[in-house]
Amino acid sequence: MNQIEKMDFLNIDDTLYKTRLSMQFKNRKPFKAGNPSFVLSFIPGTVLDILVKPDQVVKKGDDLMILDAMKMQNLLKCKMDGKVKNIPVKKGDKVSKGTFLMELE
Amino acid sequence: MAINKKIKELQEKREKILLGGGEQAIEKQKALGKRTARERIMALLDEGSFNEYDLFVEHDARDFDMDKKSLPSDGVIIGSGTIYGAAVAVFAQDFTVAGGSLGLMHSRKITKIMDHALKMRMPLIGINDSGGARIQEGVNSLAGYGEIFFRNTISSGVIPQISVILGPCAGGAVYSPALTDFVFVVDNISKMFITGPEVIKTVLGEEISMEELGGARVHSEITGNAHFFATSEDECFDQIKKLITFIPWNNSQKAKALDPGEPKPEYNINKIVPDDPTLPYDVKDVIRALVDNSDFFEIMEHYAKNIVIGFGRMGGRTIGFVANQPLEMAGVLDVDSSDKAARFIRYCDAFNIPLITLVDLPGYMPGVDQEYAGVIRHGAKVLYAYSEATVPKLTVILRKAYGGGYIAMSSRHLRADFVFAWPTAEIAVMGPEGAANIIFRKEIMSSDDPDGTRLQKINEYKEKFANPYVAASRGYVDAVIEPSETRKFLMHSLAVSENKLIQMPEKKHGLPPF
Repeated sequence: MNQIEKMDFLNIDDTLYKTRLSMQFKNRKPFKAGNPSFVLSFIPGTVLDILVKPDQVVKKGDDLMILDAMKMQNLLKCKMDGKVKNIPVKKGDKVSKGTFLMELE
Repeated sequence: MAINKKIKELQEKREKILLGGGEQAIEKQKALGKRTARERIMALLDEGSFNEYDLFVEHDARDFDMDKKSLPSDGVIIGSGTIYGAAVAVFAQDFTVAGGSLGLMHSRKITKIMDHALKMRMPLIGINDSGGARIQEGVNSLAGYGEIFFRNTISSGVIPQISVILGPCAGGAVYSPALTDFVFVVDNISKMFITGPEVIKTVLGEEISMEELGGARVHSEITGNAHFFATSEDECFDQIKKLITFIPWNNSQKAKALDPGEPKPEYNINKIVPDDPTLPYDVKDVIRALVDNSDFFEIMEHYAKNIVIGFGRMGGRTIGFVANQPLEMAGVLDVDSSDKAARFIRYCDAFNIPLITLVDLPGYMPGVDQEYAGVIRHGAKVLYAYSEATVPKLTVILRKAYGGGYIAMSSRHLRADFVFAWPTAEIAVMGPEGAANIIFRKEIMSSDDPDGTRLQKINEYKEKFANPYVAASRGYVDAVIEPSETRKFLMHSLAVSENKLIQMPEKKHGLPPF
């Protein structure tokens, strides 16, 4: 072991351990609670159809969008009662996983 | 005279087939830095030991004009030979013949040598270099894969199965290596994935190169699918030959013992581990200070580095080592390191290799990502694997052994045969800081000098519990020993355990938390 190497610290149960940190640990994303007013793509794919318009009133369980992915037409359902505020994507857009597709209010 | 003519005919037939896909295809293979399938077998086996079977096998596909095509040996070479004088069965896919694609007869050749290896109870080494299923053969090709996977599973834990990825290995084909004991990969040559970059691009719109998606580094560092990483085919074959020296030929034998040797004096076991439990060191140096000739053969060196696994010898006999690595992530158990350790423990148990566990860990890794990744289920694998193992289990607690980590790391409670602790050992529910903050919370909060009180309480706790003697007073630790006595104690324990016999309750099979 190279004694001159600069090490990081890892806190386990209030104790700081001098050690190397893995890339996986350094790159981990802090936890964020899910927000039903943001509709995100759960899978990478293509926006096949958008079934609602801005300002349209929607109810929990309504169909919002069809996402074509893995040879399947996936229906994105509404998770809250409210109104469509913003749709930043359009028909035919290719989206990656986690893309912001629609905002509700 | 007639017989000479017939012999000559045989020689001519052989010569033609031995060229595989022809000179052009061979040139292409070499341009990629790859050997041909036969050259690989020759490089791996003892010189002149290879006996080839099924040289004259041809495919029998009819559709898509396949009946007009001749594929020498149907793109795969099978046979047996020796490594260091002991018999092994081998198959090697020949990329120069139809891209090493797997058709029905190709698969039958592979399953033939697999059946042979199982029947003769000898190791099977498979060299994979194939574009995948031979699409023209349709479901016959899929049937071929299925037959291979079934045999991989049935042979698992009976004979050693080694997979060498020396080219592409894509789609369903990857599941055969995944079912075998050890997977070897070579930088820039090995490529393994379920769906390739092109499919990922069309279906998902994500662009990635083959190397980034399923290259040797990816499988050695990120996925944990590969156990040995080499930078050339030569290095890879040397690794396989070295591995072969450590393992038995089947599950009813013990690995062959070599001449015993002493550890090298430069590994001074008294000076490796710092007294302060928060300071790092390389636990591999402790292993090297314990094993014959300080020769430690590490497995999965680049994956989940917070745990170290591999083979070494003591008194000439193969030992499987499992050790927390304080140098990496403080040596915690997490999802990946649990998975890595558990599988190795089960390997050693299946093949009669005694286990030595070196313990120095702060516990299981906290964090939302770990909990969401299923650290409960994966962490339980370690408990399961140690509890289930009936080979001799020896444990040395070097320094800290806290909480669930203490229990998991081959503790007495999971039926370790011998548990030793160094005087630096701290066996407790958690580290002194965490424990003091919980036990003395009220006193610390109501104190005029909370920091001073906290420090005093931490020291009180350390004094009382941060040592091996509480556990030793309960008999959970068999002996507190000086570091320099460790090899002596372990060698004696191994000798005592030579005829260990344990009866487990009868069952069809258990349900490990896969």
